[in-house]
Amino acid sequence: MRMRAVLIFGLCLIASALAFAQTPSEADIEQRARHVGKSLRCVVCQNQSIDNSNAPLAADMRVLVRERIRSGDSDDEVIAYMRERYGDFVLLKPPLQANTVLLWVTPLGLLAVFLIWYVVQSRRPRKSVELVPLSEDEQQKLQDLMKKTELPS
Amino acid sequence: MIAEFGQITLILALLIAGAQSVLPMVGAARRDARLMAFADRAALAQFILVLSAFSALTLIFINSDFSVQLAAFNSHTDKPLLYKISGVWGNHEGSMLLWVLMLSVFGACVPVFGKTLPASLKARALAVQGMIGVGFLAFILFTSNPFLRLNPVPINGQGLNPLLQDPGLAFHPPFLYLGYVGFSMAFSFSVAALIEGRVDAVWARWLRPWVLIAWCFLTIGITMGSVWAYYELGWGGWWGWDPVENVAFLPWLVGTALLHSLMVLGKRHSMANWTILLGITAFSLSLIGTFVVRSGVLTSVHSFAVDPARGVFILVLLVIATGGALSLYAVRAHVLRGGPGFTLISKEGGLVLNNLLLIAATVTVFLGTFYPLIVETFSNDKISVGAPYFDATFAPIMVVLIGFMGVGPLMKWRQDSWANIRPLILKFGLLISVVGLLVYLYGRSVLGAISMGVAAYLAVSTCVVFGRKIGFGKPGMGQRFLAQPGAVYGFFIAHLGMAIAMAGITSMSVWAKEDVQLLKIGAHMSVGGYEFTLEKMTPGQEENYQFLKGDVRVTKNGKTVTVLHSARRFYPVRQMITSEAGIQVRPMRNLYVGIGDGDAEKGWVVRAYTHPMVCWIWLGALMMALAGFVSLWERKR
Repeated sequence: MRMRAVLIFGLCLIASALAFAQTPSEADIEQRARHVGKSLRCVVCQNQSIDNSNAPLAADMRVLVRERIRSGDSDDEVIAYMRERYGDFVLLKPPLQANTVLLWVTPLGLLAVFLIWYVVQSRRPRKSVELVPLSEDEQQKLQDLMKKTELPS
Repeated sequence: MIAEFGQITLILALLIAGAQSVLPMVGAARRDARLMAFADRAALAQFILVLSAFSALTLIFINSDFSVQLAAFNSHTDKPLLYKISGVWGNHEGSMLLWVLMLSVFGACVPVFGKTLPASLKARALAVQGMIGVGFLAFILFTSNPFLRLNPVPINGQGLNPLLQDPGLAFHPPFLYLGYVGFSMAFSFSVAALIEGRVDAVWARWLRPWVLIAWCFLTIGITMGSVWAYYELGWGGWWGWDPVENVAFLPWLVGTALLHSLMVLGKRHSMANWTILLGITAFSLSLIGTFVVRSGVLTSVHSFAVDPARGVFILVLLVIATGGALSLYAVRAHVLRGGPGFTLISKEGGLVLNNLLLIAATVTVFLGTFYPLIVETFSNDKISVGAPYFDATFAPIMVVLIGFMGVGPLMKWRQDSWANIRPLILKFGLLISVVGLLVYLYGRSVLGAISMGVAAYLAVSTCVVFGRKIGFGKPGMGQRFLAQPGAVYGFFIAHLGMAIAMAGITSMSVWAKEDVQLLKIGAHMSVGGYEFTLEKMTPGQEENYQFLKGDVRVTKNGKTVTVLHSARRFYPVRQMITSEAGIQVRPMRNLYVGIGDGDAEKGWVVRAYTHPMVCWIWLGALMMALAGFVSLWERKR
């Protein structure tokens, strides 16, 4: 996919550059658009945000983001607009909803469970695992055994 | 002739692998020394046969024998020798042959280095190694035969994908595969130990070097991939949380956990069950990595050919290997006896926590990579999981891990108490605050300040641990410094490398600056305090491509810092364009320029970046790999 993106580098980069160049004076819009762009997926690419993709569609989407910002949308509103238009697929950070509960809960849940387990277990007084030294009698037996079974080298 | 020779050696290797997976097993069960000894010879024979097949394929590529389909599709006479050779594994069939070659290398190491191993353990482990060999040799022969002939013979080949024509990438797959396949040793010996019903310190000490080697090569392989993506793909990033990156990272995370639990097992005879489970998991994740990359389930620059039959074949292998091993674990794990217990506030306890946190990190990366696939399978909804998800989940786990990473090594084995290290923890807290405050004043970022503070703390605490080991400041320090076992230096270098990588990662994610503009000759743009001026564009011609080179002068406060050369290359054989970034590499910051499409009238698309401390990331990673090799070194007593 990246290869194809490189192939069609030509057209799309000009388009994207024009998109970037549209509002050189509006530095604020530019900065916000870049920021929002990092969390939106170029929907025809492999795992690339519209901010670093060279696909023509990504360029169109960048233009769209700037239009929405210029018309007064907040960052969240822009993202909501893009989501309505392209579906959940466009969000690189998936929203917390029924089908992503596992995705979001598991990592931090695991972290919490492991830490709590560790703290609880380490506070519980454990039976200290004293190593009982061998009695003299046992020591003697061991010595004898060792002598008998000396490995031929 | 050569192709047929290669084909025959592969078939022989498959037959021998078949015998190797059965006879030694039977021998070990019946205590028949001759059948067990067969494993040694079979492993060596398999290595010689697979090496012959691989050499045959390499010769075919070097000689540009286009009557062999693989060479015709992936090589070309107008190509430097290096890329003719690296073209052998720059395609699906050849890379699988490389995979099997690595497998047979590790297999052959068992009889060569394992003369003192218990005979039955060795025989069983080699039998398991043989089974993996059967699976992958059959995969090659039945679905991806590299020696197929082509008729009529074309006049010239189609060339290697230009993106892969790069010295860094030529050696990326062999290193990565050494890592992936190296974990097969952990797998085979884990399964063998389950059958034997016995895991002890001898087992752990034997396995440790192999896991270390696999882990080091995997680290180098991943680092090379990251460096390559940085300068070749032209997007100025070093890690994109791309599925293909993630599946190489998964066995690395589990391998790291395995290294640490092997240490407990080798020194304290504890955590046997858990170590076995990690050994099985590390290799299973390597198989998943192979499956994902080779099946085209997730497409990327790595998927040379998408063929569902191949994907299904590897998936079946994966299910048999992982499912079989885990079932065996379920049935047999209780037989393995645990060693002496320990309280959790101790070095063992710290390593348990290390393992748990690494598992949490692994699960997170696994979920993030495969969740879209799972959701799509069950509900047809399409969702994306990208970098922002991993920033929000993986990063906090790592920060907690690193927090404990500074304290854990300070603990005593078996039993310790917080009271012993409380004074140090207070000092560390102070250190984090001071460094954090200074970084905040300089860089104006809370996240960056905290993260840099934690990196500094890790570096300092690692030095403290090392200092205590050598009795820093006491007489005889120099002698003690020289007298440490390899593992102590290894610990020091690896943990310091982690701190350095963390500093680099932090500063790249917080303070990197970038911009894209359409520049005509003579026009300029400013990024992160530097002025980038496009000076000229010159066309030219090389052995196997044409190029258009752009000179970009970078100035700061009117003084020239450097002139960067970025180029766009056109490869006529493949009709492909690639971009070469112009980079000035400095310890504290890189300047990076990529020139895109355009013409003299409209101007060219120029992407410019300043990347603070990006090299620290790779330096840290390479230090970790080096540390692994250093740990291998054992002092003769």
